[in-house]
Amino acid sequence: MFKAFWVLLKRDLLLALRRRSEIFTVLFFFLIVISLFPLGVGTEDKILKQIAPGVVWIAALLASTLALDRLFSNDYLDGTLEQLTLAPQSLSIMVFAKMIAHWLLTGLPLVLIAPLVGLFYHLPTNTIGVMMLVLLLGTPVLSMIGAIAAALTLGLRGGGVLVSLLVLPLYIPVLVYGAGAISASMVEGLSIQPYILLLSAFMLLALIFSPWATASALKISLE
Amino acid sequence: MTLEAKNLQCIRGDRELFSDLSFQLEANQLVMLEGQNGSGKTTLLRTLCGLYLQEQGEVLWDGVPIKKQDEDYRKQLLYLGHLNGIKADLTVLENLRVNSSLAGQNPSDDELMEALDTIGLYAFEDFPTSQLSQGQKRRVALARLLISKAKLWILDEPFVALDIAAVELLQSIIAKHVENEGMVILTTHQEVPLTTGKVKRIRLGNNKVNTNV
Repeated sequence: MFKAFWVLLKRDLLLALRRRSEIFTVLFFFLIVISLFPLGVGTEDKILKQIAPGVVWIAALLASTLALDRLFSNDYLDGTLEQLTLAPQSLSIMVFAKMIAHWLLTGLPLVLIAPLVGLFYHLPTNTIGVMMLVLLLGTPVLSMIGAIAAALTLGLRGGGVLVSLLVLPLYIPVLVYGAGAISASMVEGLSIQPYILLLSAFMLLALIFSPWATASALKISLE
Repeated sequence: MTLEAKNLQCIRGDRELFSDLSFQLEANQLVMLEGQNGSGKTTLLRTLCGLYLQEQGEVLWDGVPIKKQDEDYRKQLLYLGHLNGIKADLTVLENLRVNSSLAGQNPSDDELMEALDTIGLYAFEDFPTSQLSQGQKRRVALARLLISKAKLWILDEPFVALDIAAVELLQSIIAKHVENEGMVILTTHQEVPLTTGKVKRIRLGNNKVNTNV
């Protein structure tokens, strides 16, 4: 069971390495959205600090929906998805491997690029640390919720738009608490602990339910 | 080991493809599924795999509905559909390795190379499959048959895109599997000569089951 998990994870990472443009699309999209805001609203220190948390998270949400479309559609079109559902392992495990691969390719780069964003927006060092932490907790939730929607809209025409409509409302809790934590870290005397705990709770909840829900949705879509 | 279909009925849209279809498949048997285009051959095969849910009836493996055994059944099953299930960006060898590992096998590199050799892809193992011809891609998918330990092969038009030599090769692979206590159900317009074992014919459209011993 774990072997199949590793095989699939490695396969997806290898495929992404052979098609690097797909990883960079997400990363560049994130960076461009982030850098457009200072150009639009001005480079005043106070304003930038105030909008930074929201901007970072909204850019992260949009960037992660950008890549969702491809999560299952390639496998669906070449028949490998069909073979996955017939493999003698639980489909949830397979789906989980795909989610992890997806996060490593689209979520983790955002976490790693976050310090650069912090510099753009004149954020203090400890806030940059908090931003990386909440992105680390929040982006897996985005990948996991997104996978459910991607599985539900598999094979539909105009599925890409539908995915955005389906998942963006579901991303709201992550947006609220993720941005909240970054804002709180800039205010003297405010604890970020509640935000971190809530985000961790979202992640655990997503970890438990999303592989199962995605696997069920895939089975329906394949019929 | 037996695969049994009991009173199957499948409906696509508002069209009934077949109903009250029953048959049994045992070791050393081959079932040839015949019927016109659109008569429900692929749907029946997908139903037998559990990819498509029948309207009525049951598919039983060793007397137990396949829905209830799930992974145990899938361990014994190899399905090859219209789509090859190979990744264009992976090489021939990588594709075969990934596909057999996901199917629960653990073949050594030598075994993989030997399978590719047999199927006629010698010296192609490091080619990305996107550069291969249609027939060669089909061969990559078919190489799995040589490694698989599954008892039940469900093959949907396995001969499509193959050249004459490959058709003969595949026929002999299928015949050998049937002789070794295997079961095969396939849709095709070509005969598969068998030296031992039984060939059953199922014609969709009027639900006739003929057994030629």
